[in-house]
Amino acid sequence: MPLVKHGKVATDTFVHLADDAEIPGDGAILISAVRFLEDAEGRSGRVGRTGVIWPNNRDVDDLVPYLDRLAVIALVFPTFRDGRAYSQARLLRERHGFKGELRATGQVLRDQFVFMLRAGFDAFEVKKDSDAEAFATTVKHYSVFYQPTGDGRVTALHRRMQLRHSESAGQ
Amino acid sequence: MYAYDELDRTLINERVSEFRDQVKRRLSGELTEDEFKMLRLQNGVYLQLHAYMFRVAIPYGTLSSKQLRRLAHVARRYDRGYGHFTTRQNIQFNWIKLAELPDALADLADVGIHAMQTSGNNTRNVTSDQWAGVAPGEIEDPRIWSELLRQYTTLHPEFSFLPRKFKFAITASAHDRAAIKVHDIGLRLHRNAAGETGFEVLVGGGLGRTPFIGKTIKPFVHGHDLLSYVESILRVYNQYGRRDNIYKARIKILVHELGIEKFAQEVEEEWLQMRDSALAIDDSVIEDLRSRFSYPAYEKLPHMPEELKKAAHDPHFEAWRKNSVFPHKVPGYAIVTLSLKPVGGPPGDATADQMDAIADLADKYSFGEIRVGHEQNLALPHVARRDLPVLWKALDKIGVATPNVNLVSDIIACPGLDYCSLANARSIPIAQELTRRFANHETANLIGRLHINISGCINACGHHHVGHIGILGVEKNGEEFYQITIGGRADEKAEVGTLIGPAVPYGEVADVVEDIVEAYLALRARPDELFIDTVKRLGVEPFRERVYATR
Repeated sequence: MPLVKHGKVATDTFVHLADDAEIPGDGAILISAVRFLEDAEGRSGRVGRTGVIWPNNRDVDDLVPYLDRLAVIALVFPTFRDGRAYSQARLLRERHGFKGELRATGQVLRDQFVFMLRAGFDAFEVKKDSDAEAFATTVKHYSVFYQPTGDGRVTALHRRMQLRHSESAGQ
Repeated sequence: MYAYDELDRTLINERVSEFRDQVKRRLSGELTEDEFKMLRLQNGVYLQLHAYMFRVAIPYGTLSSKQLRRLAHVARRYDRGYGHFTTRQNIQFNWIKLAELPDALADLADVGIHAMQTSGNNTRNVTSDQWAGVAPGEIEDPRIWSELLRQYTTLHPEFSFLPRKFKFAITASAHDRAAIKVHDIGLRLHRNAAGETGFEVLVGGGLGRTPFIGKTIKPFVHGHDLLSYVESILRVYNQYGRRDNIYKARIKILVHELGIEKFAQEVEEEWLQMRDSALAIDDSVIEDLRSRFSYPAYEKLPHMPEELKKAAHDPHFEAWRKNSVFPHKVPGYAIVTLSLKPVGGPPGDATADQMDAIADLADKYSFGEIRVGHEQNLALPHVARRDLPVLWKALDKIGVATPNVNLVSDIIACPGLDYCSLANARSIPIAQELTRRFANHETANLIGRLHINISGCINACGHHHVGHIGILGVEKNGEEFYQITIGGRADEKAEVGTLIGPAVPYGEVADVVEDIVEAYLALRARPDELFIDTVKRLGVEPFRERVYATR
């Protein structure tokens, strides 16, 4: 499954660790929420970078104390039709100020890239190679956005107000 | 009318080209049907019994003549020459070819019409009072806020994959013509003691197999806070709404299971954390939106012009005027409802030729504007009263002046088993038969206001729960049967109807309805006691007795 980061296919430097595998002291690892919560202090205090795969039916509040020590939070789309992780992503980014990598996993398809970017995801475990390759062009598809989210894209409402101000300034 | 600006136009064009690419990928096999299904639904495309069905949004029920002509063009060019207006201010075309859909969407986008989110598990077309902006006594034009919500809900990055569909309706009048109490979120515009504009917010209304009347979650949300409050509701729903069972996934079930107090508390907690976010709306934003709505330059005209006095001698004209013409907020003008319920016709259908003719009449007599109501009729919202006689003749000629508005033959019906793959039974032929039974205008007038709503299955697209008489098609051992409810209503006193007894076979439905109506005529306290009020006063029992005594 190709990983897309910074707009292009990249090598995944994180090792997905099975729940029964031993946790190494260093090296970048991605572990399940259960595994992480067994010893959240210890896991987030590792020398190596730690990422957690967080299920979409678990409150992200439980992660808040560890956010500055987590390198990756991977949210899950069991199917692309299940949109809970969009809310989790926005809460992590916009309310709790998570600055690490926010990774979309599961049934991640081309037609949801823009929604995911807007919700705050910046890494994508894409299901199909063809979708991963099309990432850069796909996300340029839209240039107008109606809703303010934490991604910084200027909304249509805001652009209109700017236009209004510049018009009235010119009069 | 709301005029799209460059940004609105750009967005819908981008949407069309995205969909064109998605269709291409589907046709080439790159997308599976499972992957494509949600994408097409989000662009209004269903797969029905015979073909793809294409549902186009008419936000808050307002159309320009140019837009209506374009809908006629789509009906002619891509379909079979007609369209079906729905209970949610949409129009459906029943015979579209998948490969041609992107072109149809592009043709519509040219005139500022889209089909975004007319199906799928997302926020649907925002509906409103079809008399918005012209109804006497309205607080203010609810379409400004409807448009704000239309934009806010369009391609929302967080809420495009909700547990289930999600519908908004807004009214700004004391009499609710938008059925806000049977929507996921219902908004009633009103002013608080300080004279500020805001909304009573209702949540968890809906029909389908488990009907609920919406409950007030907050009596007053200031206009500035509308979007943040709505976002809080949607966020709570997106996270906690059930996804394990499609029949329990609507917000009404979540509200019911948590209880309105607990649900309201969850929303409040969420809202307090974001009410001052970028979603807070300041007055300049609303003013900017308002400035892009244009209103007619009304003339000073007499209430009782000569033309009208003269025409009053024609009983046919008078019958129509008394039935289909309604007061306008501006003296000398009227709102005219165009009945899409001709005797023997499928409710809500209009041919391409009718649409073109109505568009021409709107240009001539209604400042180029047409409205679509949830009762599946159209309206011309700004008609000078002096033009009523000549307009009537023209409407009559094209078959949209049947004087049955709000009467027994003004039936709401879903497409039913004639088109729909979900249906258990036919709706349209039942409606057609009823319009024949009650074709006599004198009789219909004598009966007075009576809303019959017909759904061909439990999904309740024909709003049977809230019909004064509701008819629900079910299937029993491979045969079509119909359950009859009475006492439902969708207005400000919304209520779910009560079943009167065992389901009856297809062939008996019209007889049963006639029996119910006859019972009402015998039981009503006064000639002006409406059917719905008689049912309220007496309950279901006397009607049940009458219907089942001989069955």
